[in-house]
Amino acid sequence: MIDTSLFQLICFYAFAAVTVVAALSVITLRNSVHAVLALVLTFFSTACIWMLAEAEFLAIALIVVYVGAVMVLFLFVVMMLDIDQEKLREGFVKFLPVGLVVAAVMLVEMLGLIGVRFMHAQTMGDNPATAAGMSNTAWLGMALYTQYLLPFEVAALILTVGVIAAVALTLRHRVGARKQHPSEQVAVKASDRVRIIKMAAERPTDSQPSPAQESKP
Amino acid sequence: MITLSHYIVLGAILFCISVAGLFINRKNVIVLLMAIELMLLAVNINFIAFSRFGHDVAGQVFVFFILTVAAAESAIGLAILVLLFRNRSTVNVAEIDSMKG
Repeated sequence: MIDTSLFQLICFYAFAAVTVVAALSVITLRNSVHAVLALVLTFFSTACIWMLAEAEFLAIALIVVYVGAVMVLFLFVVMMLDIDQEKLREGFVKFLPVGLVVAAVMLVEMLGLIGVRFMHAQTMGDNPATAAGMSNTAWLGMALYTQYLLPFEVAALILTVGVIAAVALTLRHRVGARKQHPSEQVAVKASDRVRIIKMAAERPTDSQPSPAQESKP
Repeated sequence: MITLSHYIVLGAILFCISVAGLFINRKNVIVLLMAIELMLLAVNINFIAFSRFGHDVAGQVFVFFILTVAAAESAIGLAILVLLFRNRSTVNVAEIDSMKG
């Protein structure tokens, strides 16, 4: 019988291993489509880790918003663009040692700086949301809609600006493309379409046989 | 039992992986954008961990805002990328030097 905390630790290590391996494959895979799929796996296993920290709302939001929307957008763009993969890979081996050295030095510095041993003494304790007598979503929403209401509205504004900017950037007017103009169609008048011309009536001359006589045998 | 250092170390490892990705994929704008997404994810892991272990809701609120801004950023970034590819037919950073920066 495994106790709960040990089971949580095993789950954490499993998800963390998947996260790290998927993140490594994001930056090393040759094909960009595969790299995007590896990034999806990274987000997914990170969401599981957030679940272990009992941040359920953000874990689900990460999957729905990030995997469901942003990563699909990435995938669309990567698949639509016809990219020469081999040419973009040149310099990969040249910069590999530099990247590894910088990353390793940064990791050592960060771990030394933040004091891992001190933090190792910190245990998880009670869930603050449960201690406040509500679920994680209610706990987050309570703060978001009271204390952080103005930043919340600003975030909505930022998203709107993002949408408008993305559309305005990629919009283009093709020359020679035929399309409807509903405003012009509605505003059209009868005089624009039909022109009535006054002209004298024509009479058949005698030299031409009338069609009525011609049809007789 | 999971401690705070587990989360912090995981965030640090992810951050360093994405920095290494910025270095070794210097040509491909798409992979650069994805490395930035990874970086934001590493920061978010730290925020979640501190929120949970420090019993404070502000960390999770910040993760919410970071997710919002990151979504807007990647939308605009991809729009610029599409525009760039349409005009220059390349996503190679080395060839995009018309501003001589």
